Amino acid sequence: MTETRAVTTADTGREGRPRKVGGRAPSAYYWMVWPALALFAFFHTLPVLVGVFFSFTNYAGFGTWDFIGIGNYVNLFRDDRVLAAYGFSFGFALVATVLTNVISLAIAMGLNAKIVGRNTFRGIFFVPYVIAILVIGYVFQFLFSNSLPKLFPEIPLIADNMLSNPNWAWVPIVVLAVWQASAFAIIIYLSGLQTIPQELYEAASLDGARPWRQFRSITFPLISAFFTINMVLSLKGFLQVFDHIVALTNGGPGTATESITMLIYKGGFTGGEFAYQTANAVIFVIVITVVSLIQFRVLQRREADF
Amino acid sequence: MTTVTNTAAQVTALAENEMPPGRKRRTREPSDDTRRINWWATALIAVCSLTVLIPLWLAVMVALKTPDQIASGTGFELPTTIRWENFADAWTRTNFPQALMNTALITVGAVVFTLLTNSIVAYAIARNMHRHFFTGAYFYLLAALFIPFPIIMLPLVKQTALLGIDNQVGMIILYTVFGLSLNVFIYTAYIRSIPIELEEAARVDGASTWRVFWSVIFPLLGPMNATVGILTCVWAWNDFILPLVILSDPADRTLQLAQYVFQGQYNTDYSVAFASYLMAMAPLLLVYVFAQRWVISGVTRGSIK
Repeated sequence: MTETRAVTTADTGREGRPRKVGGRAPSAYYWMVWPALALFAFFHTLPVLVGVFFSFTNYAGFGTWDFIGIGNYVNLFRDDRVLAAYGFSFGFALVATVLTNVISLAIAMGLNAKIVGRNTFRGIFFVPYVIAILVIGYVFQFLFSNSLPKLFPEIPLIADNMLSNPNWAWVPIVVLAVWQASAFAIIIYLSGLQTIPQELYEAASLDGARPWRQFRSITFPLISAFFTINMVLSLKGFLQVFDHIVALTNGGPGTATESITMLIYKGGFTGGEFAYQTANAVIFVIVITVVSLIQFRVLQRREADF
Repeated sequence: MTTVTNTAAQVTALAENEMPPGRKRRTREPSDDTRRINWWATALIAVCSLTVLIPLWLAVMVALKTPDQIASGTGFELPTTIRWENFADAWTRTNFPQALMNTALITVGAVVFTLLTNSIVAYAIARNMHRHFFTGAYFYLLAALFIPFPIIMLPLVKQTALLGIDNQVGMIILYTVFGLSLNVFIYTAYIRSIPIELEEAARVDGASTWRVFWSVIFPLLGPMNATVGILTCVWAWNDFILPLVILSDPADRTLQLAQYVFQGQYNTDYSVAFASYLMAMAPLLLVYVFAQRWVISGVTRGSIK
C-alpha cells in the first residue's frame, strides 16, 4: 500500500538474463570481483579475526603475550569503567536518536509544507552534513564554556559551564550530535514525505480529519520505512560516538562522558590494553548487532500493522 | 566502520530502485502545488534554521577578533576591529598548506579509485546475481556494514604499520576498500535497472565484458557516480578517527588532525584556533554553497520511486 518500500534488500528489478543457462560466468566477471574481495578480506575481515584471536591473550600491544582464555571477557564484566562506558553510550545514543528523529521529522514536515524560500531553507538545514564534527565540535565547546555562561549568568546550570559538570556534560554532546545528524535525517524524511500524494490530505480534510489525525493516519504510516531505517542507523551510529566527545570533553570530567569507542581507543593505544580492549570491541560488535536486529524486528512489525 | 555507518550508511535507505537511465525523474514542483502559502510553517522553519547558523556565526565572529575582545564579550558581537592576522597565524602554526594538500590528496585519491573500482565490482555482481559466488560476494560485503569500526581499529593499525602504508597511500586504499560495502549496494541496485539489451547488442558486435563495462555501463552510471562521489568525498574529507589512528608521521597530517593537534597545543588561543577551523571547513563548504542543489539531489537520489 505504500509507495516506498523498506529498503533492506536489493531490488529484484529487471534481472539480466544469463547468457548461458547454468555453467560459469565469463571469466572476466570473476576477475572484476575477486581482487576487490581479497583486499576487503585483507583489510577488513583479517583485522576482525586478528582482534578476536588476541582477545584471548594478554597482549599489551607490544612485547610478548600468552593465552589467557576468556580472562579478558570475565574481567570486562567486573570493570566499572567499561560498564560506565556502556551506560553512557546507551543513554547518549537513546536520547540523541529520539531527539534527532523527532526534530528532523518535524523540520522535514515544515519544509514539505508550502513555505516561502523552501529551497534556501533546505540548503541551510543540510549544511551541517558537510562540516567535520570535530571542528564544529570545538566551536560548540566555546559556545558552552564561554558564550552561554556570559549570556545567561542567571540560569544555574548554564552559568557555570556544563562541560565541566560530571552530571550534565552529556547535554552539550547530545546537542552537537543532534545538530550534526539532523541534516541527513531531514533530507531522508523530506524525500519520504514527497512521495505522499497531496490528494490524500485533501480527501482527509474533506472527511474532517484534523492535522494531528492526518499525521497519525497518513503521514506517519506512509513514511514508516524511512522512520525504521533512520532509527536503526542513527542508534547504531550514536552508539559509536567518538569525534563529538574528543572535541567537547575528551571523556571528562573524570570519565563521566567516556564512550565505548573512546575507551577502546584510549586503553588500546595508550593504556597498554590491546588485548583487553579488543575483547571489549568483540562484545561491542555483538551488542550492536543484537540491538540493531531487535530494532528492525520491532519497527518492522509496527510497519506491518498499517 | 564508524564513519561509513554514521552518515553514508543512511543512504542504504536511498539506494533502492532507480529510474532507468535516460529518463529524468520529476520531483513535485511547487508550480502544481495549489496550497496556500503556510506562513506559520515559514516562520517556524526560519526560526529553526537559525540554530544551524548560530554556531557558524559564532565561528566567524571569534575568528575575526583580538584575544581581548574575546575575553570581554560573549563571542557573538561584531568585532570592533578586525584582526586578519588570525588567519595568517593559523596558516603558519597549523602548517595549513601541507595539511590541505594531504587532505586533498587523500580525498581526491579516494574518490577517483572508489568510482573506478567499486563500480566494476558492482557491475560483475549485478549481472551474475543468479550465481552463488557473486551473491556470496554481495552479502559478504554488505554484512560488513554491521561491523563497527572499533573492532578493527587496533589490529588494523598494526597491519598498516607493518606494511609501511601508515601514510596517505594507505588512507586512500582503506577508504576505497571500506567503501565497497555501501557503494556496491548503491551501484548494484542501479545497474540492475539498466536494460540488458544494451549490453547484448554490444556483445553481438564483439565487445568483451571489460569493453562492455567501459563503453556501455560506466557512461550510464553518471547519477550514481555523483552520489557515491559525494558520499566518499565528505567522508574522506571530514573523517577524524581513521587518520588519527593510521597516520604516524606529523608531515602526513590531514586538516582534521591538524585542528586536533593545534587544540592540544594552544587550547586557549581562540582567535587563531577559530581562524584555523574556518579554513578547515571552507573548501567543502564553498563547494557546497555553489553546488548545493546538486549535492542534495545527489545524496537523496534514489530515495523517491
